[in-house]
Amino acid sequence: MKKLMTGNEAVARGAYEAGISFASAYPGTPSTEILENIAQYKDIVAEWAPNEKVALETAIGASIAGARALASMKMVGVNVAADPLLTYAYMGVNGALILVSADDPGMASSQNEQDNRYYAKFAKIAMLEPSDSQECKDMIKAAVKISERFDTSILFRMTQRVCHSKSLVELGERGEVPIKEYVRNNPKYDAMPAYSRALRIKLEDRLAKLEEFSNETDLNFIEWNDRKIGIITSGVAYQYAKEVFGDKASYLKLGFTYPLPMKKIEYFASQVETLYVIEELEPYLEEQIKAHGIKCIGKEKLPNIGELSTTIIAKNLLGIEKETIKPSKDKVVGRPPTLCAGCPHRGFFYELGKFKNVLMAGDIGCYGLGGSDPLKGKDTCICMGGSAGTAHGAKKAFERFNKDMKTVAIMGDSTFFHTGINGLIGILYNKSNVVTCILDNRTTGMTGHQDHPGTGYTLSGETTNEIDIETVVRALGCNYVKTINPHNLKEVRETLKWALELDEPSVIITRYPCALKKYSEQDLKEFGPLKDKYYVDKELCIGCKRCTGTGCPAIRFNKEEKKASIEEFQCVGCSVCAQVCPKNAIIKKEV
Amino acid sequence: MVTSILLVGVGGQGTILASNVLAKGLVEAGYDVKMSEVHGMAQRGGSVTTQIRFGDKVYAPTIGLGEADVLVAFELMEALRYIEYLKPDGKVIVNNLEIPSAPILAGRVDYPEGILEELQSKADTIVIDAVKIAKELGNERAMNIVLFGALSKILNLDDIDWESVISSTVKHQYVDLNIKAYRAGRNILKEQYA
Repeated sequence: MKKLMTGNEAVARGAYEAGISFASAYPGTPSTEILENIAQYKDIVAEWAPNEKVALETAIGASIAGARALASMKMVGVNVAADPLLTYAYMGVNGALILVSADDPGMASSQNEQDNRYYAKFAKIAMLEPSDSQECKDMIKAAVKISERFDTSILFRMTQRVCHSKSLVELGERGEVPIKEYVRNNPKYDAMPAYSRALRIKLEDRLAKLEEFSNETDLNFIEWNDRKIGIITSGVAYQYAKEVFGDKASYLKLGFTYPLPMKKIEYFASQVETLYVIEELEPYLEEQIKAHGIKCIGKEKLPNIGELSTTIIAKNLLGIEKETIKPSKDKVVGRPPTLCAGCPHRGFFYELGKFKNVLMAGDIGCYGLGGSDPLKGKDTCICMGGSAGTAHGAKKAFERFNKDMKTVAIMGDSTFFHTGINGLIGILYNKSNVVTCILDNRTTGMTGHQDHPGTGYTLSGETTNEIDIETVVRALGCNYVKTINPHNLKEVRETLKWALELDEPSVIITRYPCALKKYSEQDLKEFGPLKDKYYVDKELCIGCKRCTGTGCPAIRFNKEEKKASIEEFQCVGCSVCAQVCPKNAIIKKEV
Repeated sequence: MVTSILLVGVGGQGTILASNVLAKGLVEAGYDVKMSEVHGMAQRGGSVTTQIRFGDKVYAPTIGLGEADVLVAFELMEALRYIEYLKPDGKVIVNNLEIPSAPILAGRVDYPEGILEELQSKADTIVIDAVKIAKELGNERAMNIVLFGALSKILNLDDIDWESVISSTVKHQYVDLNIKAYRAGRNILKEQYA
């Protein structure tokens, strides 16, 4: 039976069929749905980890114990997990170990577009790259076999288009695999320098064997057509190349991309007149092919920035441009993402953005949108969990040079557990006068509502110990902690003022569920449903636009009438607009 | 031959559900289908697209400039934003709805005027008051299936039982509403463009 699946769903299916028994991840676009789908298969123990490093470490533990294991993450998550990755690479595996890296060319939902193929070369581990959903499933099964046969970790490298595009997949059955025997083996699993020196030598031997395999495997295959043009390609770029060139070129399609099959590449290159390397992002293949002395055309014609497309390939390699309809540019205004109607972050940023002489260090999550117009509640954002460290360093620098600047760190609840807590420990330990704001919306918002250690539920929906953020913060030694309702603007304003006037570190926790979250029983008990609707009394409205200044997408402003109005179906009744209206013209609807 | 459909709108408008219905019907009818979606940050009220390509054999999951046979826009300005993806002889189905984006809400710019006229002057455009129709049916959120109904009529794939596809895709309690929305979308097209 064939089923239309995203690449992420197909990876989950592959993990199930391949007999993987343990999987862990931290959510991050475009990887999130891999673990959500793995959790549907009850034969696999599937967990959210607090961050990517822990996700990989637990998967490694399961691998050492003898089970087939997988960890998945977005590409920047691999930076967080790089420490265990590069050392477990030395050790080989017991049960298979697959690390899925989901890259985001074009940065649809990421802070950079790093090409994680270099991690395979860096860590010296085998790498597979699927180009559609069927390959996602098949290659996970191949990866498990390669991992155990060659005693290597696997980097399974996907990109946003492979993760989130759907194509047809033939389903198979699960092969149940018993756990391998575990025997204590310090020379293999204990990275003491003396052991590591021996493992380091084995690592090179393993790579030589993997390169032999790379030349033999059908994961790297040739499609002969016209030999005037030869194309070496991998990942989704293969699909684009096929679309553009069809049977007017021959292809060497690489699915096993580290180590590269240099003999196969040499042979293919010798059979074609012009050799193109078509790859997305960096010249990862091209550099190695050129270093081997093979002439090819790659990044001098194709960009290394952004997502590749059939349009770019056709234009840059064939000089073909399709006729298009051009719109009047002045009729198309940008539409950046915004905080949703009823978002609990809105009230917080509405007030924070008004403070002067404050450096606001943001973080990765929906609250990153609090820096945009009209809220303006952010100066900088680097990486997941980075706000506390950044605000802390900035504060110390301002103090050292007697600058009258305060600093605020802004992170979410899931981010706090990810690595934000480490930054806060640094603040408290070093007595840094930073206001740390933890915007607790009771879920992981941006990636689509995953549970985390603070929600009281696991990935499989079981109830678990709920780690209370305020208790943790107090236990870390912070003496100035307040938990507030972010929909109450007066409370937000006064609490921020209180914290910014202190000469010691403080923590503000805003606690209210994401407007899109399906409330748990506990949420309902604590917050009650948001079900009110507000409307604008046109008689009272003076057209001052304070309400549109909250950036709520449910509010409209009619230029002719000079009156605001609220789209009832979008309004969830947070009341923030009603609180900013100077004429009390925004009124709760009687039900 | 491959047919390419581009659905565009604003995050939260239900483009993905409409695309899922379309893709499911096409798979059941035996086509090779590829579909691309946008997840993550862009979904938060940003500009979103779903791309569907179907035929005997499909390679690229995405649509190039000047390649879409039909552009279904859930919002007016979004239609114009993506018009370059349409084949010059392709069709536009546009929801007669303006949703102001953040810079417009912030008062820095006005919602552009004359979008509909520009669309109509440059491409074969079908305008549908999907919100009004869906409201009359009892729930404005069903506008996505009203637009889908119109699309299904244009695609002219009458061997596919779209009503049964809708019934098996949407939540149980919304089946009736969505079937009505689908029929309304189809009928509008019949009446206006017969």
